[in-house]
Amino acid sequence: MSNVLVIAELHDGHVRKSTHSAINFAKQTGLPFSILVLGAGATAASAEVTTFGAAKVIVVDDAYLANAVAERFAPTIADVAKKGGFDIIAVTASSFGKDVAPRVAAKLGAGYAPDIRGVKVVGGKLTYQRPVFASNAFATAELVTPVQVVSVRQSEFAPAQASGGASPVEDAALAAKDPAAERVEFVALGEAKSERPDLGEAKVIVSGGRALKEKFAEVLDPLAGLLGAAVGASRAACDAGYAPAELQVGQTGRVVAPKLYFAIGISGAIQHLAGMKGSKTIVAINKDADAPIFQVADYGLVADLFTAVPELVTELKKG
Amino acid sequence: MKILVPLKRVADPDNANKVKVNAGKLETTGLEWKPNPFDEYAVETALRLTENGANPKARQGEVIVVTFGPKETETTLRGALATGADRAIRVDATDDQLDGDLVARALKAIVEKEKPDLVLAGKQAVDGDSNQVGQLVAEYLGWPQATFAGSITSEDDKSLLVVREVDGGTVSLRLTLPAVITVDLRIVAPKSVKSKHTADTHTYADGVRFAALMAIMAAKKKPLVEMKLADLVGADTALKIKYTGFELPPARKAGIKVKTVAELVEKLKSEAKAL
Repeated sequence: MSNVLVIAELHDGHVRKSTHSAINFAKQTGLPFSILVLGAGATAASAEVTTFGAAKVIVVDDAYLANAVAERFAPTIADVAKKGGFDIIAVTASSFGKDVAPRVAAKLGAGYAPDIRGVKVVGGKLTYQRPVFASNAFATAELVTPVQVVSVRQSEFAPAQASGGASPVEDAALAAKDPAAERVEFVALGEAKSERPDLGEAKVIVSGGRALKEKFAEVLDPLAGLLGAAVGASRAACDAGYAPAELQVGQTGRVVAPKLYFAIGISGAIQHLAGMKGSKTIVAINKDADAPIFQVADYGLVADLFTAVPELVTELKKG
Repeated sequence: MKILVPLKRVADPDNANKVKVNAGKLETTGLEWKPNPFDEYAVETALRLTENGANPKARQGEVIVVTFGPKETETTLRGALATGADRAIRVDATDDQLDGDLVARALKAIVEKEKPDLVLAGKQAVDGDSNQVGQLVAEYLGWPQATFAGSITSEDDKSLLVVREVDGGTVSLRLTLPAVITVDLRIVAPKSVKSKHTADTHTYADGVRFAALMAIMAAKKKPLVEMKLADLVGADTALKIKYTGFELPPARKAGIKVKTVAELVEKLKSEAKAL
């Protein structure tokens, strides 16, 4: 009998919203699942995930796990999975999930299905769908190993909704420390302080390209502020230094699927499209009528963004 | 410092000929091949760490490039040798004989032979988009890792300071060598890599270096050896992931062009109901 272990990711003493996508994956398998909350302060945070229908919420609360260092987390995740007889280990494909999941798979001799966008149960076996070639094709994959590790694309698995009840919470011990962990020193966290929602969670995203130049924030901030939107950027805008790297949307940046996506001064390279073409409604504003972004946009406006965006803000304020 | 860089050739994502799907199978005929961009960045990073930027010809370390593929993938290796890598290894295999796990296990065996101080890899190949080999090889070796590196500073011969690009910001880690690093896009910015051989004032050209014609000729004489997969992993060549089919994503329905901002807002409200 299969049994899923969902790995919760902690941030500032709380379970990240992105974890709800991995919980949704577990629910979609129809299999019993438990949630492992590990980190410093995990005991307090565990209460946030007891109402999702998990058989158990397993807690490993230890200062050793204060910072997300893969070599510190992988041994305990693998140990809890082994001892609990879990054969499917799921984590959201955040930078934390992508960093740690392969190490867990290697420890367990498990196959790994990275960044999946869907799961199906066929004849008692799970098959995974994953985007490849910058989302230009979807592959169907099976893992042939008895124990399987998956990372789940947040933009493709909606956050699970609490279903009530109260999962029992139990403590588990930190596993023996990995010697590799002694050769990693956590130096600093450079966290971008932003009032805006996270790109992975925002319902509206306002993204800008290189065309914005030094006026990136000046032009986009009023629109983003008005819509309560997250701000994103093309690779070109990040490379040129107009926007910080963590705002990059694309095949190799954040993959997003908001309700509404504004691509402003973004030409639409396939690497960018791979990160946003799952959005429900796409608006493109670009002065080049032939820009590839218009091929995926539901609404295209061929205009100079420096006049169109302020005009858009004024128009929206009219209500 | 001795650095091992795994290199993969991928279908050129910017070529007009894209991967096609036919009856559930991928069609790769007629595709243009090029090195995976992140692997090219890893080669560039490795070169910067093993040279004085002001005098790159006098090598201050060794860069070994490795690929897994049939004979024709030696072109990819020669390309890396032409930009400055010192020698190359090709493990004879075809893509359908490989998965990320098997590549990682074979790399482990090569590392145990070559004993590099650092395995420097691209964070993902832009065909499979798996983002796994660096982490897997680190675990198999029992080495520390720093994934998604946006900058690397070599402080001494024993450790590297790495700034990782993560969701919402950066994380700085100090790794004691030997270690595995996977590189992100910004690693090839002019000031991203600080080698102890290079003056702090040195500024690299943005991006990866190109090979001069003379270097391309000279690269033909650099050592390139072939290895057999079975010599590295023994009989355990079983794959852990099996791809059973491919399909094209559903096409988005064609959109419309609006003429004015007012029309855009009106459509977003009444038609898309997105506002």
